[in-house]
Amino acid sequence: MKAEVAILSGIVALFGVAILSVLLPSKRASAQVYVLCLVICAAMFGIATVRLLDPAAYEPLVLPLGLPGVGALFHIDSLSAFFLLVINLGGALASLYGIGYGAHEHEPKRVLPFYAAFLAGMNLVIIAEDAYGFLIGWEFMSLSSWAMVISSHHEAENRRAGFVYISMASFGALTLLIAFGLLANAGGGVGFAALRAGAADTQIASIVLGLVTIGAGSKAGLAPLHVWLPLAHPAAPSHVSGLMSGVMTKVAVYAFIRFAFDLLGAPAPWWSMLIIALSGATAIIGVLQATIESDLKRLLAYSTVENIGVVFVGLGLALAFKANNVPWAAALAFSAALFHVLNHSLFKSLLFFGAGAVLVGSGERNIEKLGGLIHRMPQTAIFMLGGCMAISALPPLNGFASEWLMFQAILVSPVLPQWGLKLLIPAVGAALALSAALCAAAFIRAYGIAFLGRPRSPQAANSNEVDRWSLASMAILLALCLFAGVLPGPVLDALSPVARAMVGGKIPIQSSIDWLSVVPIDEGRSSYNGLLVFTFIALSALLSKQIIHRFASHATRRSPAWDCGFPNAAPDGQYTASSFAQPLRRVFGRQAFAAQETVDMPAPGDMRPASLRIVMRDRIWDALYEPVATVVNRIADQLNRVHYLTIRGYLSLVFAALVGLLFTVAIWA
Amino acid sequence: MGLIAALSIQFAQMLLVLALAPLLLGFTRRLKARLLRRQGSSLIQPYRDLLKLLRKEAVLADNASWLFRVAPYLIFAATWVAAALVPTFATGLMFSWSADLIVITALLGSARFFLALAGMDIGTSFGGIGSSREAMFASFAEPAMIMIAFTMSLIAGSTQLSEIAEFVLSTTQLRVSLGLALFALIIVAIAENGRIPVDNPATHLELTMVHEAMILEYSGRHLALIEMASALKLLLYLSLIGCMFFPWGLAPAGASAAAMTGGVAAYVFKLVIGGAALVVFETSIAKMRVFRVPEFLGVALMLGLLGILLRFVSAGL
Repeated sequence: MKAEVAILSGIVALFGVAILSVLLPSKRASAQVYVLCLVICAAMFGIATVRLLDPAAYEPLVLPLGLPGVGALFHIDSLSAFFLLVINLGGALASLYGIGYGAHEHEPKRVLPFYAAFLAGMNLVIIAEDAYGFLIGWEFMSLSSWAMVISSHHEAENRRAGFVYISMASFGALTLLIAFGLLANAGGGVGFAALRAGAADTQIASIVLGLVTIGAGSKAGLAPLHVWLPLAHPAAPSHVSGLMSGVMTKVAVYAFIRFAFDLLGAPAPWWSMLIIALSGATAIIGVLQATIESDLKRLLAYSTVENIGVVFVGLGLALAFKANNVPWAAALAFSAALFHVLNHSLFKSLLFFGAGAVLVGSGERNIEKLGGLIHRMPQTAIFMLGGCMAISALPPLNGFASEWLMFQAILVSPVLPQWGLKLLIPAVGAALALSAALCAAAFIRAYGIAFLGRPRSPQAANSNEVDRWSLASMAILLALCLFAGVLPGPVLDALSPVARAMVGGKIPIQSSIDWLSVVPIDEGRSSYNGLLVFTFIALSALLSKQIIHRFASHATRRSPAWDCGFPNAAPDGQYTASSFAQPLRRVFGRQAFAAQETVDMPAPGDMRPASLRIVMRDRIWDALYEPVATVVNRIADQLNRVHYLTIRGYLSLVFAALVGLLFTVAIWA
Repeated sequence: MGLIAALSIQFAQMLLVLALAPLLLGFTRRLKARLLRRQGSSLIQPYRDLLKLLRKEAVLADNASWLFRVAPYLIFAATWVAAALVPTFATGLMFSWSADLIVITALLGSARFFLALAGMDIGTSFGGIGSSREAMFASFAEPAMIMIAFTMSLIAGSTQLSEIAEFVLSTTQLRVSLGLALFALIIVAIAENGRIPVDNPATHLELTMVHEAMILEYSGRHLALIEMASALKLLLYLSLIGCMFFPWGLAPAGASAAAMTGGVAAYVFKLVIGGAALVVFETSIAKMRVFRVPEFLGVALMLGLLGILLRFVSAGL
C-alpha cells in the first residue's frame, strides 16, 4: 500500500474519531478517544519514518476529490515525511498524556472532537500537493485549535485570547490564499507542479514570499505577528497547548519551507536578509518576555516565540547560502533548522505536559504561588528539570546539539558576498547567543521558583503527583531529548535527503565518522561528541562520589537552614519570581517593556504599608496593534448606524447598490 | 603512538588540572596578601581546607531536596571535564575533538545552571539573591564568551582549541580582532570567576555577594566539591587565555616525553604569570556596584561583536 493512501486513511480515521467522540457517552469518551488517536498517530508516525528513510522517489497520488474536474493531489516527499514524523510523534505522545489529563476535563466534549480534527488537519496540510488541500487542512487546523482555545470560555481572558487568535488566523489564511492565487495566475492549476511554473516571474515570487512570511510567520509566531501566541497557547488544555506550541508552529514552518525553498524556485539574496532580521528580533523579543513572565504556560509560549526565531535564523541562513550557490553551507544551516524543529517539538511538548501536571497537581499555573514541588511531585520534577536543561541548550541534551549546529552555520557565513548579510549575520549571531543565555536564566527562574524552595501557597503545599499516563508520556519525551542530544548523528543522517531535496547540498554522512561524533563540515573545523561528553560527566560525577564516600565521609545530618544565622520561617521571605527577574528587568526593562517602578515608602511613624508598583507594557502591542484596533473600532461604530435604519432606508440602500452595479457593468463593457 | 599512551596522556591532563587548581588558588591568595603587606597563608592551604571539608559530615537543611545533594557532583564533573578538554601542556590530545570552545562554554553553563538551582533549593533569601544575580551576569558573560569563540574561530578557521592554538603559533601577523578577543576574554574571566571588581571571593555576609550567597547552605564534602569546581574554573580560564593567545611551549600532538615535560613547565610558567597579573589587577581596583556589572560585561560583548564584524568585513583584520 502506498504511504499516501495509508496517511490519508489515517486522516479519515481521525475525522471518524472526531464524529465518534460526539456520539460516545460522556463518561468514558475521553479515554477511548485519546487511545484511538494514540494508535492512529503512532501508526502514521511509523509510516512517516519508513518513508523518510526510503530513498526512492514516489509519484503524487491523484484522487477524484476536492474541486470538480481537477481532483486532489497528495504526495509525501522527504520534507513532508519529516514533518509528518514530527506531527505524529507529538500527536501520539500528547494523546498518551491526554488519556490521564483528559480525565480532569469538566466538559470533555468541548475538546475531544476538535482534538481529533486538529490532528487530522495538520496531517492534511503536510501531505497535500495542491493549494486546495493545503488550505482546507490549514483551516481545519486553525478552527479546531481555536475551538479548543475557547473550550473553557467562562474565563474572559480565554475569550479574548480566542478572539485575537481567530483574527490573526483568518488574516494569515487570507495572505496564504492570495499567495497561492498569485502563483496560480495563468493556467489556473492548483497543483504544486503548476504553482512552481507560476513562480518564474521574480517579481511575483518576491510578493509571494512576503505574503507567506506574513501568513506562515503569523502562525509560527514570527515577530511582530506573535502577539496572539502567548494568549492562545496557554488558554487551551495543556496537552493541546503542547501540540499548538510544539507541533502546530512546525506546520507553519513547513508552509514557509514549502514556499521559500520549493515552490518559489531560486531565492533572491534580499529574501534571506528579511527573514534573518525578523527572526533575530523574534528570538530576543520572545526570550525577554519569558524572563519576566510569571504564568508558567505563558512563559512557555513566549519561549516558543524565541525558538521559532532560532529555527527561522537557520532557514534564513539556508536561503542566503542557497541564493549565493553555496549548497554545502545551505545544507548545514537547513539541517540545523530542521533538527531544531524536531528538538523544539520534543522539549516544548515535555515542558507543556509538565506545566499541565503542575496545574493538575496543584491547581496553580502562576509560579509566584508555587514552590517546593520537587518534594510533592518528584517524578514530574525530574522530567521538568530535563526539559528545562534541554531548552536552555545545556550539553549533552538535544537543545544544545541543534544550537551548536546553528552556530557552526553562522561561522561559515563570511563566504557570503552581500554587504547587508555581512553586517546582519554577526548581529544575529550575537542575538542568538544572548537569547540562549537569557533562555537559561528564564528557565532557572521558572524551575527554581516553581519546583524548589518552600511552598508559597496551600495549593502548592498540598499538591499531588499526576497519573501514570502523563508521567509515561513525559518520560518518553525526556528519553527522546536525551537520545537526540547524545546521538545527533543518526538524526542528521535521516535529515540529509530533505536538505538535498530543498537546497541541493548535503553535510558529511555522520554514520561514517568514528566514535559517533558529529562533524558538520570537516574534522579540522569542528566536531562535537555528545556521547563522550555525557559519558565523561557521568563517569566523573560517579567516580568522585564513590571516592569521597569511600575514603572521606558519607555522613549527613539534617538541621534547620543556616541563612547566615537569621533564617526566615515564613515562606514569604523567599525570593519570588518577580524579585528573581528584578536584575534583568532593571537592565532591559526600560527599553524592552517600558517598565516603570513606583516606590511608595511611608515616612517614619506613618502606619501605611510600603508598596512597590511595577507597570510593564508590550511595546509591539501598543505600537502596532492598538492603532489598528482603534481604527477598526471607529469604523465599526460608524457602520453601526446602518443597523438602525428604517425599512425605507434599507430599500433605498439596496436600490443605490443596484444602480451602482448596473452603472459599473455599463462602463466596463 | 599507541592507544594506551594517548589515553594515559589525556588522563594525565585530567589529573594535572585537578592537582594544580588549588595550588593556583593558594598562589593568588598568598601573593595578594603579600601585596597588601600581610603575611598570608601557606601555598598549600587550599589543599588542607579541601581535605578538612571532605572529611567533615555534610549538614543539610531540613527541606533540602535530592537536587541539592546531587548538584555539587554535577557542578564539579561538568567543570572538571571542561577544564580537562582545554589544551594545557599539549595540543591534539586524544579526546580534544569531542568538544570545542562552544561546548566548553556550554559545559560551564551547565555547571552554573545547577549552581543557581541549588541556591534556590532551600528557599532562603540569600540563595535567591545569589542565583538571581548570577543569572543576570551569565546572560551577558555567556554570549560574550560565544562571541569570543566566534572571533577566534573566524580567525583560525576552526572552533577546536587545538587547531586555534596551532594556527596562532604558525602565524606572525598581528590582528586587531585577536586583541579585541583577548580583552573581552579577560573581562569575561574576571566576571565568571567572581573576582574584583565584579564579586569579591573573600567576602561573606555582604549584600553584594553573588557566588558565596548561592553556596551559603553548603557544608562538608558538598562545599569541598563546589570550592574545587570554582578553583578549576579559574584554572580553566587562565589555561584558555594561555592556549589561545600565548600558545608558545605547547607540545604538538604525538610529541616526545621531553617535549611534554617542557610543555608542562611552560604551562606552569603561564599560570604563574596569569595569576600574578590577576592579583595585581585585583589589588589595584575597587569593587563596582552590582548594576554596573552589566555595563562592564557589555563591553566584552561589544568587543566580541566588533571582532566578528571585523572578520566578516575583512579577512586581514
